[in-house]
Amino acid sequence: MLLLVLKRILLGFITLFIVSLITFSGVEVLPGDACTTYLEREAYGAALEACYERLGLNTPAHERYISWAAGVLQGDFGYSLSGEMRINDVLGPRVKNSMVLASASILIGIPIALLLGIITALWRDKLPDIIISTITIFSMTIPEFISATLLILIVAIWLEWLPGIVIVPTGASISELLPNIILPVIAISMIMTAHMARMVRSSVIQVMASDYVQMAILKGVPYWKMVFKHVLPNALLPAINVVALTIAWLLGGVVVTEVVFNYPGLGRLVIESISNRDLPVVQALAIILASIYVSINLIADLMTLMLNPRLKSLQIKK
Amino acid sequence: MTLEKEQKKNNLQKVYEVIKTMASKPSGLIGLSILLFHVILAITSPLYVPYDYKAIDPSLMLQAPSSEYWFGTDSLGRDVFTRTILGGRTALTVTFFGSLIALLWGGALGIFCGLVGGKIDDVVMRIIDAFLSIPWILAMLLIVSLLGTTTLVLIPALGFFYGKGIVRVARAATHDVIAKDFIVSARARGHSNLSIIWNEILPNVRDAIMVEGAMRWSWMLLGFSSLSFLGFGVSPPTPDWGLMISNARGLMSFAYWAVLAPIFGLSSLIIGINLTADAFAKALGIDRSTKAPV
Repeated sequence: MLLLVLKRILLGFITLFIVSLITFSGVEVLPGDACTTYLEREAYGAALEACYERLGLNTPAHERYISWAAGVLQGDFGYSLSGEMRINDVLGPRVKNSMVLASASILIGIPIALLLGIITALWRDKLPDIIISTITIFSMTIPEFISATLLILIVAIWLEWLPGIVIVPTGASISELLPNIILPVIAISMIMTAHMARMVRSSVIQVMASDYVQMAILKGVPYWKMVFKHVLPNALLPAINVVALTIAWLLGGVVVTEVVFNYPGLGRLVIESISNRDLPVVQALAIILASIYVSINLIADLMTLMLNPRLKSLQIKK
Repeated sequence: MTLEKEQKKNNLQKVYEVIKTMASKPSGLIGLSILLFHVILAITSPLYVPYDYKAIDPSLMLQAPSSEYWFGTDSLGRDVFTRTILGGRTALTVTFFGSLIALLWGGALGIFCGLVGGKIDDVVMRIIDAFLSIPWILAMLLIVSLLGTTTLVLIPALGFFYGKGIVRVARAATHDVIAKDFIVSARARGHSNLSIIWNEILPNVRDAIMVEGAMRWSWMLLGFSSLSFLGFGVSPPTPDWGLMISNARGLMSFAYWAVLAPIFGLSSLIIGINLTADAFAKALGIDRSTKAPV
């Protein structure tokens, strides 16, 4: 068991290592570097040389990679290009803001998704299922920036219930953020909830059709007792992994939503750093976002392992 | 010769039957009709647009919908109706060819990995996993901002990034058939690897890969329009729904029509493609509903 966990963690680190190689070499291979973008038209002769010297770009690529990777391992991402600030100082408050947004969306989204998924599965093809399923299909297919724009138009402009855009500074405290994040949270959790509800629905339907549930029905087990004791535990386990993958996939959507609402999180930093071609920040963001993805997957794997005794023995035999 | 003809006829019949099954359910019929409508609109719209899509006229700024300007005008006095019916052309072309590229390279690499297995397979899948863990938006933005936003960059870039998920599906499907008797007997008959791939494996994994490709088309459209919305996609004054929404968003408290028209266009196309892909999967008997959207 412990060996298996260690193996999973090691695999995660290998993935992150490859990600760092990809982003580093991607930035190397693509035309233009930090100095040519920083100096723009004056990028020739002595000025260019001096810039290379100052940013340490005149050393071979592999040496730069090693010193950069060593810094990252110690939690130091180096200096950003545009502001010439330490990247850690730029990232810190942004990470916090995005975490507040993401965790609020997940905390609201998961219970609603479970509820909707179970309702639609138990009342399959009846009226509640048809209504909820149609709504979920709409909210999972429509891009985040459309649902976010519509939310602003309807709730903030026409009804005037909530502020449409977030106007707090980057370093705002959580209590300052909270009233502002209601609309962004609704926009993000809408699409997430829809995806998860659909998976929970098909998972519950599969278990309902299984032999042991049929047996329980024939034995005369009361309907709700059967649902809670036999169906749900078996149906929700496989859903954990899929839910984790969905959350990770939605990271891209968070970027767009943050831009729509002008929210000072990681997503807006992605757009800003790419517009400024601030490559050191882009590299740091790639590593951070990839590690979030990898750790969500890892947690999901470990949770499935711990909650499912069958899987445990199966893996050890292997 | 006759055998070949019969084969062709069979294939056509199969396509016809799949479309018939898709259209037999209301959701599939709706999806197919929306998609067909958008494709016809995209091909024919330049023939009957009422106004010039790039004609700027300050005296016509932000006019409300009227009999003259059906969907009103935008902040530069351009006709919103004209721009809306032209707005799907780039999106449809780029994402259609992008999905084709994704399908081809993803399918080919997946089948290859499933077939050879071993060390090569391990290494390739690790790299694919690493690519999967970089959020698509970051990778796309980086490529587009360094290489430019022409369609010639967007199509291969989107095709590459949306193909990596297909690799996994094609590999898994190949794994499912590789141990079957007919492959073993084909090997025993002395068929070459290429002939085995073409005649034995491909017919068996084709459905799964095509369904995956159809699904990816709708995600790619979502990704492409998000890029345009963020200002990293199509460049103005080309009419494009994502770009139109992002331009009209700032003034939507005065001129909601300039936002709602492209929103309607884009949402209906994405829903159309999605319903079609769903119906396609069901018609081929493939259940995707328990899979994560990766």
